[in-house]
Amino acid sequence: MNALDQRPIRILVAKAGLDGHDRGAKVVAAALRDAGFEVIYTGLRQTPEMIVAAALQEDVDAIGLSLHSGAHMTLFPRVLDLLKAAGADQVLLTGGGIIPDADMAKLGEMGVGRLFGPGTPLSDLVAYIRTEVAARREVGSA
Amino acid sequence: MDSPSPKQPSPEQHAAAIRAGDRRALARGLTLVENEGADGAALLAALGSVGSAHRVGITGPPGAGKSTLVSALVAAWRADSRDVGVLAVDPSSPFTGGALLGDRIRMLAHADDEGVFIRSLASRGAFGGLAAGVYDAADLLDAAGFDPVLIETVGVGQAEIEISRAADTTIVVLAPGSGDVVQGMKAGLLEIADVLVVNQSDREGADALVAALQSAVELRDAVAPPIVKTVATRGEGLAELRALVDGRAAAAAGELTARRLARARARIRAAVDRRRADAFWNAADGAQAQALSEAARGVADGSTSAAEAVARLLGGESA
Repeated sequence: MNALDQRPIRILVAKAGLDGHDRGAKVVAAALRDAGFEVIYTGLRQTPEMIVAAALQEDVDAIGLSLHSGAHMTLFPRVLDLLKAAGADQVLLTGGGIIPDADMAKLGEMGVGRLFGPGTPLSDLVAYIRTEVAARREVGSA
Repeated sequence: MDSPSPKQPSPEQHAAAIRAGDRRALARGLTLVENEGADGAALLAALGSVGSAHRVGITGPPGAGKSTLVSALVAAWRADSRDVGVLAVDPSSPFTGGALLGDRIRMLAHADDEGVFIRSLASRGAFGGLAAGVYDAADLLDAAGFDPVLIETVGVGQAEIEISRAADTTIVVLAPGSGDVVQGMKAGLLEIADVLVVNQSDREGADALVAALQSAVELRDAVAPPIVKTVATRGEGLAELRALVDGRAAAAAGELTARRLARARARIRAAVDRRRADAFWNAADGAQAQALSEAARGVADGSTSAAEAVARLLGGESA
């Protein structure tokens, strides 16, 4: 095992788009910190460009987007495209909010990770990110 | 340790990419040095000599407006197209190791500016409160062409003493109502300040704070640091503050100042201390860890003194 595998998981948590409902994002950020993650919280009204620029500078393992505006079919693919363009497609893109199941499935096909609806136990989220990041770090260092 | 995969560049290639301004290479490099592993050490060795960038520490009590001031300072330097690096250090939880790094929220004005590189560092339980990798991280930003490099820490406890060693110029930020001056003196906050900033100076009590600081710093043997009033949210006082920092940078340029000598000493010592402590506690057979548990039981139930336990543990080391 090398040193990189043991470092804490770094995740960027942001609110994308124009809605101002950041309570969920703050609760999630605090829960991830308590799970031992290093959480970079960038707050409200982030454009995909801002989110990806920050994720690259911070060299995060994952991005968690919170979205309640209905713009998920625009914003998630845009972030994914920007990550790919930067050659950073090993970064896990996950998130949550009010997102219909059919849309979640479509986004999943595009390469977005699991998305979590209201009422998801925080432990599910933590377990998912741990497993997924471990697998991606493995691939990255193979 | 692990043999490099085809995807990973050699330390020399990686260092060259950082010097050439490749931001992804810089971000990856920061991760390597932050983890203090063999890969980070190899990268630093390949990078060779750095140290021309002026390093500015910004510290002060929570709520004084440090992040907002950093953002305003960045804007002041960006006005002249200077590339600015920022290291924002926040504490890790000693219990879970997790950290909530929120300084970027106050720096969103620079979110898509290529000339500004912001990296959040968790303290990861480093001695003195400053992230262990912060010296190395500052070197990388320096090598990538960022000048100045700003290092922001939350000023509670020992962190500010450490930062005064890591920085060429230390700015201590206070705000009306952010704790009285006597407390600042107790913590050593005023002694390390090269520049004192009274931020949020449009608030009540600002003039009283300036007056109290003035009389406090006059008691020092050393040259009294200048006191600057700012309102960071509106950019007020920032031109004056920037001019003060630039003046210090010009004075220090090219010289091996006493400050940099002290920084090198502190850095080497910290690295040696850390390595010795790691080697001591993580001895391959785990014997020391077990000895610690036994000694702890003895001290807890009163059958040995702590001093005896220490002597026994250290005796084992030299044997």
